[in-house]
Amino acid sequence: MVTEKQAIAPGYCRLSFKAPHIAGTAYPGQFVMVYMNSGYRHLLPRPFSIFTRNRDKEEVSLLFAVKGQGTELMASAEVGSLWKISGPLGSGFPALPEGSLLVAGGIGLAPLAFLAASIEKPRTLIYGARTASQLICPPGVLDLPNLEVIEVTEDGTRGERGTAADLLLGLLPGPPALFACGPGPMLRAVKTLCLHSGTPAWFSVEEKMACGIGACLGCAVQTPKGYSRVCREGPVFSAEEVFNND
Amino acid sequence: MINPGLSVNLGGIELASPLLAASGPFGYGHEYLERIDCSALGGIIVKGISLKPWPGNPPPRLAETASGLLNAIGLQNPGLDHFVKEDLPLLARAEPRLIVNIVGCDIDEYAAVAAGLSGLEGIDGLEVNISCPNLKAGGIAFGTDPAETYKVVGAVRRQTNLPLLVKLSPNVTDITIIARAAEAAGADGLSLINTLSGMLIDIETRKPLLGNIFGGLSGPAVLPVALKMVWQAAEAVKIPLLGMGGITTAEDALQFIMAGARAVAVGTGFFYEPEVISQVKEGLENYLVKHEIKALGKLEGAARKGGIINGAC
Repeated sequence: MVTEKQAIAPGYCRLSFKAPHIAGTAYPGQFVMVYMNSGYRHLLPRPFSIFTRNRDKEEVSLLFAVKGQGTELMASAEVGSLWKISGPLGSGFPALPEGSLLVAGGIGLAPLAFLAASIEKPRTLIYGARTASQLICPPGVLDLPNLEVIEVTEDGTRGERGTAADLLLGLLPGPPALFACGPGPMLRAVKTLCLHSGTPAWFSVEEKMACGIGACLGCAVQTPKGYSRVCREGPVFSAEEVFNND
Repeated sequence: MINPGLSVNLGGIELASPLLAASGPFGYGHEYLERIDCSALGGIIVKGISLKPWPGNPPPRLAETASGLLNAIGLQNPGLDHFVKEDLPLLARAEPRLIVNIVGCDIDEYAAVAAGLSGLEGIDGLEVNISCPNLKAGGIAFGTDPAETYKVVGAVRRQTNLPLLVKLSPNVTDITIIARAAEAAGADGLSLINTLSGMLIDIETRKPLLGNIFGGLSGPAVLPVALKMVWQAAEAVKIPLLGMGGITTAEDALQFIMAGARAVAVGTGFFYEPEVISQVKEGLENYLVKHEIKALGKLEGAARKGGIINGAC
């Protein structure tokens, strides 16, 4: 059941769901499948990383860009409406060591906000986008103990000017581990910097999905060992595993 | 508990329920078996197995379209040896009957896979996917040519005594010609339809949506096409038919039965509703009770009876 809807900014939405099993068992980096309630028009459920989890209220929330027919339907959901969601699914992030660096590009913030909330020891989040209007984190979500947030926009309209990768140049090596989610070009640049600086890194990646449980092989991503399933081996992969070609 | 009136014999395979998981979406079964109630499933047709591992197609492999799904997985599979060692022991313990779908890039590969599976504990039948391109004959799919269909089915038939289903491609001018060729070559039953060939384009990137450019269309969008082909095949052959193509409800399944199918399979429907099989089974049982029919078999081909000879327009 949808318990809260936040139309954060034009083109972005956050939905909170009452989902006791998912809220009780999920760990950061895992995702859920949201089934569309449009009859046969949309056959496939849509995968979303868990953005926040509240164990006491048995709620999880999802943060998404309204980009296609599925997310448009979800953005028009009413509080109190019933949606079928399944999860938690996939292999999430490893435990977050103290002093880690989290790098979020745009809507890639979703899994990293959940990860950032998993410890209270010092850690740093670089949160980047093209422009200020794409830094859409709802107020309060990143107000976490000992979390340093560095905002960066390519056009300098908020925070530092440049890309997340530009900022990383000054911060690596050093952190014991790096965790990132964002557009492909950002992750490729981050991967290069991590490999050069010897920083262990994990990325949350996305691909079109159908079953979400590893059966259909629809969400394959190329790794050195062949195709891996984003829904099962992923969505979190080590930097070495992904973005090796093209 | 499944209503005994739902049991059927599909080409020598005794099924407690006429509902099967179609090859592909259900993978090798474990993922769904550990998550959903599969007690209503009569059988599982596992994802296609080739002799050696096949890597599959580059992503993206999926694209949704109106009431349909376009896929180009590329028959990614771990190969015969891996299947027999790793997947089969888990599947052989499952309640539903197990039918193994086999693929090949030439006739020898099909025959070798069939030989390798023959006589193994836990396998109740084979399904031959003849939609693969025949690499030794210019890449034309076996299933679009009656002579090639006859050859490949015959080669598999000679390797096994297991009940043999042949899965027909809908991408043909006349399905009845291919259906007859498969029957003549020794098939015990026919599965139809495989996916319809298609494509989609992303107008922003101005490129095809699928990594493989072309894919196969499935889902409710294809149901009327599939139903017509089942009807036509039922007129053309004597062996039983396994109908499939867009089934998500008991009403859908009943249409296939009435068109001439002995049993039906669900594929893409699992994505839409993982509990689809339980729902369809319940709907079938309700229909039998409501209309006071003792056995589903009484409805086989019901729509073709009563003087209607064929559905040609």
